Amino acid sequence: MNFSISLTVNGARRDIELEDPRVTLLDLLRERLHLTGTKKGCDRGQCGACTVLVNGRRINSCMALAVSHDGTEVLTIEGVAHGDQLHPVQAAFIAHDGLQCGFCTPGQIMSAIGLIDEGQAGNDPERVREGMSGNLCRCGAYAGITDAVLEAQNNLAQSDQRRSA
Amino acid sequence: MKTFDYVRPTTISDAIAAAAQPGAAYLAAGTNLLDLMKGGVSRPDRLVDVTRLPGLDRIEPLADGDIRIGAMVRNADLAHDADFARAFPAIAEALLSGASAQLRNAATVGGNLLQRTRCAYFYDTASACNKRQPGAGCDARDGENRLHAVLGWSEACIATHPSDFCVPLVALDAVVEIEGRSGRREVALEAFHRLPGDAPERESVLEPGDLITALRLPAEAREFSAHARYLKVRERTSYAFAVASAAAALRIEQGVIRDARLALGGVAAKPWRARAAEQYLAGRKPDAVSFFHAAEAALADAKPSGNNGFKIELARRIIVRALILAAAGTPQRVPALPGSPFSSVSGVLHDA
Repeated sequence: MNFSISLTVNGARRDIELEDPRVTLLDLLRERLHLTGTKKGCDRGQCGACTVLVNGRRINSCMALAVSHDGTEVLTIEGVAHGDQLHPVQAAFIAHDGLQCGFCTPGQIMSAIGLIDEGQAGNDPERVREGMSGNLCRCGAYAGITDAVLEAQNNLAQSDQRRSA
Repeated sequence: MKTFDYVRPTTISDAIAAAAQPGAAYLAAGTNLLDLMKGGVSRPDRLVDVTRLPGLDRIEPLADGDIRIGAMVRNADLAHDADFARAFPAIAEALLSGASAQLRNAATVGGNLLQRTRCAYFYDTASACNKRQPGAGCDARDGENRLHAVLGWSEACIATHPSDFCVPLVALDAVVEIEGRSGRREVALEAFHRLPGDAPERESVLEPGDLITALRLPAEAREFSAHARYLKVRERTSYAFAVASAAAALRIEQGVIRDARLALGGVAAKPWRARAAEQYLAGRKPDAVSFFHAAEAALADAKPSGNNGFKIELARRIIVRALILAAAGTPQRVPALPGSPFSSVSGVLHDA
């Protein structure tokens, strides 16, 4: 049995025929849409490498059936920069060495974008660490990741203030 | 993963009809079910997707003062609902102490009640497990069982229920609203999960087709909001299941406990309400001596199911600590490390 679904991925509408309902959102992104920035780490919801935003919320795309996410808006790491201009979270990860091998980085960055948007952590490092605990980094770049998220949070808060001023 | 049929009904009655067939399972966020399906532990023939059913995603105060939480409300949305968190702070803290932010954004209230045990032998299809395959035996009994049950277990099964959310819920008399083939009914959460006995595969009172539509908290549960905490010891500070946990809620008037609520997590196949301890506390002073005796009462029937005798003493100490923290007063905001006994002062760096 085939399932026709449509998703908006990084702003573009994608109509997809699924021959099998077992396809996860992660596998759909990587294998069908060739958006391989989203990584498959554990494939069991434990490492966070597959984090994407669905309707603006960060989730583990490995633990989501694509067919159940028909009609949603998906944002992946490929969709966060504006041309050559990096997203502030991407820039902060580079500035603070928030990575070593880089495999977990797309998930870390998508998770950080979600975290900042949730507005629960603010500039509290303890709340940032807690809010990022769903993203494992085997290289142990956590100190740089925390610094990067804090700086990006501050930069985004300041630009919000400038916009509303 | 075994293949399956997928249906997405648009009404509750269609969903019940579809899920009443043998081999069918409801799919909400799938944060637990997909994991089990990937491991071959759950092998449904048909998934009935309930994520688009109308009217199940609201948090609504009712006319009688009760509050109803739709079964499709996401864990993060409930925990961050300011009115809800003010009225039920221990529930918000428990929710935020569970899983990761990504999982809390997806996982649902109804799904949380129905999550399966994290017993490694249940997950490993090469091991004997009476819950996965009735009559097969239990490899946990002589296996790695330091995290297994110390209350309510049986020879057939020593697994624990992993939920944090359910622990303060059962302490606060939450009620589960269910719709099924024979109409609507409600069941106290305390009676919703079953102890293993000789049928550990039956984990709740749900019948085929039964759908959890909502949870309800009684108006009186708000009266504990000034003195309510959830405390959870884990093997790491975040993103881990409880080794043992406690929800403590007190109503204190003129220096005396008028009413106490206490429940334990991670110690049994269901969220464990400690009624004997509650009765002991009523009318006593909120001091360490009372709390110590309450903890003794709560664990009076506990016994190790393996190499896990330490959990009995650990649970006692968590109860005492949770009661001390509850008596000291609910914090203005859920702590930076929710439920953690190691919570540091907000804003202080670990390595400072």
